[in-house]
Amino acid sequence: MSDTLVTPIPAYPFGNDGPEPRLPDFGQEGVGRVRLPTGQEAWLFTRHEHLRELLRSPDFSSDFSRPGFPQIRPMPKEAPQRDGSFIRMDPPEHTRFRRMLTPEFMIKHIRTLEPLIRQTVLGALESLRAAGKPADLVEHFAMPVPSMVICHLLGVPYADHEFFQQRSRVLLAWASTPEQVQTVIEELREYLVRLIAEKRRNPGDDMISRLAAERVETGEMTERELVGLSVLLLVAGHETTANMIGLSTLVMLQHPAQLERLRQDPALIDDTVEELLRYLTIVRTGLTRVAVRDTTVGGHRVGAGEGVIGLLSAANRDEDVFTDAERFDLARGSHQHMAFGFGIHQCIGQPLARAELRIALQELFNGLPELALAVDPSTVEFRDAVVFGVRRLEVTW
Amino acid sequence: MSGALRVAVDREACCGSGNCVRTAPEVFDQDDADGLVLLRRSEPAPGDWDAVRQAAYNCPAGAIAVAGP
Repeated sequence: MSDTLVTPIPAYPFGNDGPEPRLPDFGQEGVGRVRLPTGQEAWLFTRHEHLRELLRSPDFSSDFSRPGFPQIRPMPKEAPQRDGSFIRMDPPEHTRFRRMLTPEFMIKHIRTLEPLIRQTVLGALESLRAAGKPADLVEHFAMPVPSMVICHLLGVPYADHEFFQQRSRVLLAWASTPEQVQTVIEELREYLVRLIAEKRRNPGDDMISRLAAERVETGEMTERELVGLSVLLLVAGHETTANMIGLSTLVMLQHPAQLERLRQDPALIDDTVEELLRYLTIVRTGLTRVAVRDTTVGGHRVGAGEGVIGLLSAANRDEDVFTDAERFDLARGSHQHMAFGFGIHQCIGQPLARAELRIALQELFNGLPELALAVDPSTVEFRDAVVFGVRRLEVTW
Repeated sequence: MSGALRVAVDREACCGSGNCVRTAPEVFDQDDADGLVLLRRSEPAPGDWDAVRQAAYNCPAGAIAVAGP
């Protein structure tokens, strides 16, 4: 037979061009080697149970400056300073930043923001209507809602949205060169340096003002760290949810029976949001880690210094956990999904993301009962970046 | 004897994701001051057992321990 043939190591990432993620076939074992654009190789884990183990394990580091860390994009020559970018830190450094932000994003705090989120959503819906049909849902609705909300929360002027949206896009695009990434990071940092200086002179009722007064003034955090932290929150706060709103609308419109079911039974909205998160899993490239000591994941050996990737989109289609996982079913109760990651780095903004998605989808489908795609679904263009999304979505109503 | 379901939380391990509060609000809360987990009931009512087990399974930090039936 062919068992002596050497199977070539597949190139990673696999690329994405639709709501269905491209997944590898690693058989029952669910793990294999992949080759990254940087020439490095890494273990790619795909099973739900393995990702739970991997992402909770203290044997793996998120620090990309460690030797062997799997880099999907080449790094700028001058390695970027992590500063407050705590998604790339390990405990106890990570814990220090995470703890400063936890009260800001906790469920009961986000609940107090819901009237503001609803008002923002209704305003965006109005501007979509005013644009006239057909209109691009991404430009008029999916992008502005999370952008306005994160601006309000952080205290960043929304008037500057073109500046930071354009730079976020470059930052997250696979096609960007290391030099381009470096440049936009510096521009975003300079912007926030000025904003933070202004907040320290004239504090407002916002997160950056609070962190400046309560953490920087007290010496718990440096101003540089606050700058890095703010860049992270600004970018993560609008790109992710914006992409989810656009893709979710597409998926719902392509499943009219389920959309009708949601309209008949609005209480299904929470389950719908969870199923959309599972089904779409927009962090398509998964989560990268490096082993800090010899260890195992699901009984599979990983040596110290070896890179690993946990493929969230594959775990969210693991048949052992989700029956008929390829089927979109808004009533399945997909509470074990990993769209927000797993382990101590699990998305801190998830209560905010859930609230935005719930309210945006509720108001969109209630406010525009005739909502439909204005183009052939096969012509919808996708953005295959660090965070997956639709480029534009022409709709009518 | 099966006895009661007992829950314990590890605030040092907690990363404040809020999953438990969403899943079993009768049993878990987040501290107003630091956002970390607070246990409202260490022996939850039988009607909450499934939700508590689900919360422990879904806790990203593995900060919830459940013992008993």
